[in-house]
Order: sequence, then structure tokens, then C-alpha cells
Amino acid sequence: MSVRHALLALLSEGPKYGLQLRQEFEARTGEVWPLNVGQVYTTLQRLERDGLVESDDPEGEGPQKGFRITAAGGRELAQWLRTPAETASPPRDELVIKVLVARRMPGVDVHELIQVHRRHLVELMQQYTQLKPEAPEHDVGLPLVVDAELFRLEAVVRWLDAADARLAQLPAASPVAAAAVPARPGRRLGVRR
Amino acid sequence: MTAVLELRRVSKVYGSGPTEVQALREVDLAVDGGELVAVMGPSGSGKSTLLTIAGSLEEPTRGEVLVGGSAVSEMTRNQRARLRRRRIGYVFQDFNLLAGLTAVENVAMPLELDGVGRDGARTIGLAALEELGLADRAARYPDELSGGERQRVAIARAVVGDRRLLLADEPTGALDSVNGEGVMRLLRAACKRGVAGVVVTHEAQLASWADRVVFLRDGRVVDQTARPPGAESLLTRGPNP
Repeated sequence: MSVRHALLALLSEGPKYGLQLRQEFEARTGEVWPLNVGQVYTTLQRLERDGLVESDDPEGEGPQKGFRITAAGGRELAQWLRTPAETASPPRDELVIKVLVARRMPGVDVHELIQVHRRHLVELMQQYTQLKPEAPEHDVGLPLVVDAELFRLEAVVRWLDAADARLAQLPAASPVAAAAVPARPGRRLGVRR
Repeated sequence: MTAVLELRRVSKVYGSGPTEVQALREVDLAVDGGELVAVMGPSGSGKSTLLTIAGSLEEPTRGEVLVGGSAVSEMTRNQRARLRRRRIGYVFQDFNLLAGLTAVENVAMPLELDGVGRDGARTIGLAALEELGLADRAARYPDELSGGERQRVAIARAVVGDRRLLLADEPTGALDSVNGEGVMRLLRAACKRGVAGVVVTHEAQLASWADRVVFLRDGRVVDQTARPPGAESLLTRGPNP
């Protein structure tokens, strides 16, 4: 998540103080992503250095120092909004690797392993869902953040369901025997030259 | 506390010989009043069979079903019909509303079948619709309602009167995610008022509204979630890098 661009977005509404930026950032994201003050000021210093924001007093410090966005900052923000987000998700990839590895391991029931992860994900989803009734009606920030997390986790559960079904369709073979068979060339995903 | 619904080593077999299908295998499940339990599993895992047996719409091959502490197998046909009419509410994927009746008539129908006078049943039905935000839709027929409204009417019908057990089979089936969430909120709210709820679904996001999620596979309960810690734990993570 880009704190840098989130701060630019808040400043696009008008000049603000550092402390105010931190409070507004947390409120708008449903307080799911806490920010420390140091992080806010370091980011603001860098934005100022890069000419994307300017302050009343470039030499001054402290909570009473106000910031405003520059024209270059406005352009940077507009461009960032339309740039595709980084969608690679390391936690999910780790899960894919675990399932792939488990398939070939003697003594490991891959379906049981899938269920362990499925349960963990559903428990996490239950926790997020509990946040929904607590959100005040006027506050749409928290439901949006919670929805994003729920849809992401649900996608992982659906992948587990699909993997479970796909693996159940395979003819039963001993994992050791399967491991002894060398991978056929040309079956790998990725670039072959 | 006695569980509102209890399944004890319930098995269900369809057919015999080479065509025999074991739909449920020794399922144990207890649901308390005030608790919403979701049953998750792939197609063919026995979810719907579990629900029809829990609702006494079907009999188990082996094992025992208790509703409010009474064994369903020991009830007469009439007692069982009364149990279904008075104590158990059903919500289905396709709503199952009667097309020739208005919303309030659909909701009042189980009460009328149970001997409540027409006016009394209507008053209770209107109150149930009002509670679900549908007071202004009471005189509409099902085909004049949106999908979300139809399912809310079906929920009103399922909770009207003195119901103790609410059973729902993929209740958000054809609804979009916001309307689906609305349905789950209502089911959860009904359970918070003391009803025991069982919802069958293959969708993790709907199951996550439940207090407990039970996982079914090949007719067996293979796992269930622990009661989740409060949501506060999600908010106490450190600052993002």
C-alpha cells in the first residue's frame, strides 16, 4: 500500500498538518492500517524533497507545520490512481507451494492439509465479518476495506476447493511411487526457449 | 442447556446394493438457541441431506434427531407435522413463495395452517414484514418483488410465530453480494434473538457470518472452526511498512 500516494490524495482536498493527515488516513481506511507519526513525517519530507508537496516553512518542524500539494504532486497522484495495482500475493503463492510439495510427500494427506488451511482462512473471514455490524452506517471506509479482505480470502478458499476436487479425481497412487517418476519435459509452466 | 437441535450418529443411505449411496455417515451435531452454524462442503458432501433430516422432512437410516430435546422418531405423524409448522422455519434457495398470495399472505400462511385466525395471522405477518423493512411491500405479489425482497419475505415466513429452529439451504443463491449479505444479517439477527440456525452453503463468505462453521466431506463432519477471537485482534497489527 502506498502511504505516499494516500497522503497526496488527502492533501488534494486542501492544506493539512502532519498529525491531521495521520488521523484522516486511519479514519478513511477503517482504522485497519495504523500509521505511526514518524512514518507520516518521513514520507512528507520525501514528498517535499521530490517537489510533490510544499510546506509553509521548509526549515521548520513539528505538528504545526502545514503542507499542501504542488502541481507536480497533483499529476503524480492522477497517474498513480490509474496505474494497475500490484496483484501478486505472496501469502497465496506460499499456499500453492505447500499444496504442491505436500502432494509428493509420503505420509502427508493432502486433503487433510487443504482442510487445515481452509479452516484457518474461514476463521479469519469470520473475524473480518464480525467487523461489519460494528461499522456505523455513515462510515463506508471500514466495510470497503473488510469487503476487499473477505473477497481476497474467499478467492483463496475457492482455490483450495478446486485443488481438493482436482486432486480427488486423480487415480490413487502411492506418493513415493509418484515421486520416483521424473517430470515429463514440456509440462512445466513458464517460458521454454 | 439442552441443544435446540441435536443429531446423534445420524447416517443416511439412499438405494441399496451396487447403487447404494451413503449420503451421511454418523454425523453428530448440536446447535444451541442463539447460535448460527454454517455447514460447508462441496456438492454431494451431504449438506442438503443433513438439512432435510434436521428439519424432519426426511428420516435418517440410522441415528437420532432431537428437536428441543424430543426425539423426532418417537413422534406421531401429526406431532411431527406440528413440529414442522410451529417450531421449524425453512428458507430455500429459490424462496418457495406461493405466487398467488401477497407477501403478507405468504408470511401469515403457516400461522393460519396452525389454526390462528385470519386477522390475527395477518397482524403478526405484517409485524414480521415490518421488522425486515418490508411493510410497504405487504400487498405485493412475489412477481412484483425483487429477488432480495422475495428472500426477505421468505425469511419473515420462516421466523414468524414461535419458531425455535431456522434452516436455510443456500439462502443467498441467486442474489448479488450486497443482497446476499442482507440475508445473512437477517438470519444472524434472528439467531441473536434466541433461535438456533443452520445454514448450508458452499460459499465461505456467507459461512463467515456464522458463529461456527462445520465442514462436511463425503457425508462426514471432518472439521469445524473454533469460536473466533474478537475482531479487535485484526486491528492490533503493527503499522504497515
